[in-house]
Amino acid sequence: MKYEAVIGLEVHVQIKTHSKMFTRVAAGYGHKPNTLTDPVVLALPGVLPVMNKAALDAIIKAGLMLNSGIAPVSKWDRKNYFYPDSTKNYQISQYDQPICLGGFVEIELPGSARNVMGEHKKIPLTRIHLEEDVGKLTHFASESLVDYNRAGTPLMEIVSEPAMHTADEAFAYLTSLRAAMVYGGISDCDMEKGQLRCDANISIRPVGETKLGTKVELKNLNSISFVRDGIAHEIKRQIAAVESGGTIVQETRQYDGEAGVSTSMRSKEMAHDYRYFPDPDLMPVKVDDAWKARLQAECPELPFEKQRRFIEQYQVPYTITSVVVWDRELADFFEEAAKLSGKPQAAGNWIVNDLLRELGTAKQVLAESKVRPAHVAELVKLVDAGTLLNNSAKEVFIDMFSTGELPSVISDRKGLKAAPTDLGELEQWCRDAIAANAKALAEFKTGKDSAINAFKGPVMKAAKGKANPKAVDETLRKLLAQM
Amino acid sequence: MSSDLTFKSIAELAVLLEAKKLSSVELTQATIARTKAVEARVKAFNSFDETDALAQAAASDARRTAGQARGPLEGIPVGLKDVISVAGQPLTASSKMLVNFVSPYDATVTRKLKHAGAVLWGRLNLDEFAMGSSTENSAFHTTRNPWDLTRVPGGSSGGSAAALAAGEASMTLGSDTGGSIRQPAALCGVVGFKPSYGLISRYGLIAFASSLDQIGPFTRTVEDAAITLSVIAGHDPLDSTSFKTELPDYRAELGRRNGPWRLGIPKEYFGEGLDPEVAAAVQAAVEHYKKLGCEIKEVSLPHTKYCLDTYYIIATAEASSNLARYDGIRYGHRSKDAKDAIDIYFKSRAEGFGAEVKRRIILGTYVLSSGYYDAYYLRAQKVRTLIRQDFLNAYKEVDALLTPTTPTPAFKIGEKADPLAMYLCDVYTIGVNLAGLPGLSLPCGFSKSGLPIGLQVIGQPFKEAELLSIARAYEQAHDWHLRHPNLL
Repeated sequence: MKYEAVIGLEVHVQIKTHSKMFTRVAAGYGHKPNTLTDPVVLALPGVLPVMNKAALDAIIKAGLMLNSGIAPVSKWDRKNYFYPDSTKNYQISQYDQPICLGGFVEIELPGSARNVMGEHKKIPLTRIHLEEDVGKLTHFASESLVDYNRAGTPLMEIVSEPAMHTADEAFAYLTSLRAAMVYGGISDCDMEKGQLRCDANISIRPVGETKLGTKVELKNLNSISFVRDGIAHEIKRQIAAVESGGTIVQETRQYDGEAGVSTSMRSKEMAHDYRYFPDPDLMPVKVDDAWKARLQAECPELPFEKQRRFIEQYQVPYTITSVVVWDRELADFFEEAAKLSGKPQAAGNWIVNDLLRELGTAKQVLAESKVRPAHVAELVKLVDAGTLLNNSAKEVFIDMFSTGELPSVISDRKGLKAAPTDLGELEQWCRDAIAANAKALAEFKTGKDSAINAFKGPVMKAAKGKANPKAVDETLRKLLAQM
Repeated sequence: MSSDLTFKSIAELAVLLEAKKLSSVELTQATIARTKAVEARVKAFNSFDETDALAQAAASDARRTAGQARGPLEGIPVGLKDVISVAGQPLTASSKMLVNFVSPYDATVTRKLKHAGAVLWGRLNLDEFAMGSSTENSAFHTTRNPWDLTRVPGGSSGGSAAALAAGEASMTLGSDTGGSIRQPAALCGVVGFKPSYGLISRYGLIAFASSLDQIGPFTRTVEDAAITLSVIAGHDPLDSTSFKTELPDYRAELGRRNGPWRLGIPKEYFGEGLDPEVAAAVQAAVEHYKKLGCEIKEVSLPHTKYCLDTYYIIATAEASSNLARYDGIRYGHRSKDAKDAIDIYFKSRAEGFGAEVKRRIILGTYVLSSGYYDAYYLRAQKVRTLIRQDFLNAYKEVDALLTPTTPTPAFKIGEKADPLAMYLCDVYTIGVNLAGLPGLSLPCGFSKSGLPIGLQVIGQPFKEAELLSIARAYEQAHDWHLRHPNLL
């Protein structure tokens, strides 16, 4: 029998705000333990929560970006459970009236080859709600320590419908969702810092069956590749279990990405009764049209929208757009260079090949780059005008990456300019020089490299001494190679 | 002299202080002396700090000398129920759970009292976590009724009521979730005022039931209640449930409103269980209003019979969640016998909470449980809406309601061992909390055995000025509030 997996993801995204969800103390990562606390975070007797407006802005914006409906009225609920990572022993969350309902995340599946666009799908969302993060426990042999710096950080939970069927789809979903959140400035989504966390609900069923099978919740998927590996592993585990005559039990499992195994954490019988009820300390959130409109105006164009526009507007190939659109800064960089240069594809090639390579080698991020779109645009123009030959241009690029000087300045400094002659003229002089010296041609062809120098004098003479020696050398070599 | 001083109203004391016929240090010394003389019998306080109080008083006198006095509460010794946070002072909720806890921050009302120049004097006893009607649930001791030391002062703010009645402070603050200010005020013969839900910030008040809790003053006169309200009321950005509204000068408003008013008598508040002496005293008060030209009208609040049940579902549900933070992990009592994290919870809470608190946590946990939520909590919220609607319907015809505050005068310590009998003490006060209304209890007579009786005036939402004026109209023609228990 053939089986189909059904996957739904619950993604927690920490919202990047200055202060915590329900109090003024700063939110942050990497601080000395228990320094980002105050009476509210520590749940001292008598304290009360107050909503963080910036966090509300962020979730509404996220909802608008992901095509969700924004509830005119949503409310806060208490999720009650005892655990030392929670100071109140309840978490303020949203149970039955979340801020965002519905929506979808557009994903792209791997194409048949690297340069071929894959299939696009819209993965529907159930809801997005806002809550507060909990503290962090560290366990030792005989004791546990808790750090409440993270406690109370605004946290968004994005719940998808059970609408994915492969680990690749889940991977594409997370990639796309993460890009959108980073694009919108909602979160940095650094999984190592816990800014994005993912749980997966996975079940299998025979192909053709429409009823859902028994689901297993997979936790601790703390990198995007662990999500893919963990889901693939769980699907295999479930199929193997069913095929060997077993059944799937509803449970929560923990995936160990390093070891590539999962273990059971708790069964359905041990599931919590969270005793949700409306938080009497907080008023409902009312979002009017003006508030929505203000945030709608802040919503950026998302990667796939940008890709479609780039392909249409700039006539650039998939290979370029599929690289640049995933990073908002890089996409903006490309677009500016494309506009300034008037040659989008050439600009794109410089960015995707040379700039990203140099950044990688130098271990820099784009914001640190001394090469700006104007540099790339000028370089494209110089090459296009024949002022710089390709090899010279490459040299200029490396130079400008380290100095930040404009290509024209560098090529002057290094004498790389083919000016004032145009390339066609230079090529003609070279052809004439080669044709006039059959002996040197024969010598060169037998491997005597220095024979090339015999052609240079006549070329320089024809150019009245203004030809770029490097350009002359390059052009001669190109022509000789063809003979 | 000293005992005379400690029974004066804030309004009277403010005149003496302003005229420099009295200093805050003298007044505070008198309060300390009075407290030391009677406290062994009344047991209203959990703790006090004479040195600190005298230092505050000296600072107040210095401000006055410098021409920087801050209004009528300047230099007045006030006591706080031990659920209201003061930075650097103990905050126990009369529970073993918080026996050694010192709060690092000020409640909003504390900040406002400090800003007004009041001398913060002592922490007042209560039923543990404000759960009870007698202070017998205090983990430390039972406060006595100053009028009869064998009787309870009422609760949960029994310490606040008894301290004021015994002259151990010139004003005290309490909190009222189901009658916890008005009931002890009635039993101790003082004015107790619970304003509309949302008028006074709850920030820094230990939560019992968040949607019902409200801070309010115990005072000797209605005028003092108005003076205090102007100091402690107002929107607070630290309390999302605090109401944004323009505040009148409540004291000035007292003189501007003379009625006559249309007053409603809710028939459901005069039925079975009402002590005849209480009924007679309240009836006499009603007659007085009639004489003042007020229109008296019988009204009906048909859902009154559901008040107690509704209250004990909503209040316990919220309490079960509010008290979850007392777990022995970060502060408060931690069991020495605990073996692991779960054990810390079980043992610390088993040892730290008293029987009534546990009973309510269990009840609240039950009504919120999966499968029971709709039948209990959700239904109770719907009934709560109906209860509020009853009051709003009545207010289409009348300006305020008159009722007894309690069914009986103060009962004997140990008399009500059955929790349900104890819950019935709040039968006339609970509806006001469920509806979020302002309610005030003022003395309206004494029983033959010399126990105070309280009249409850229930007002319309955020119309405190009107309510205070109605109460004042009665008080001005009577001298019940000028009688004091003889403790010496």
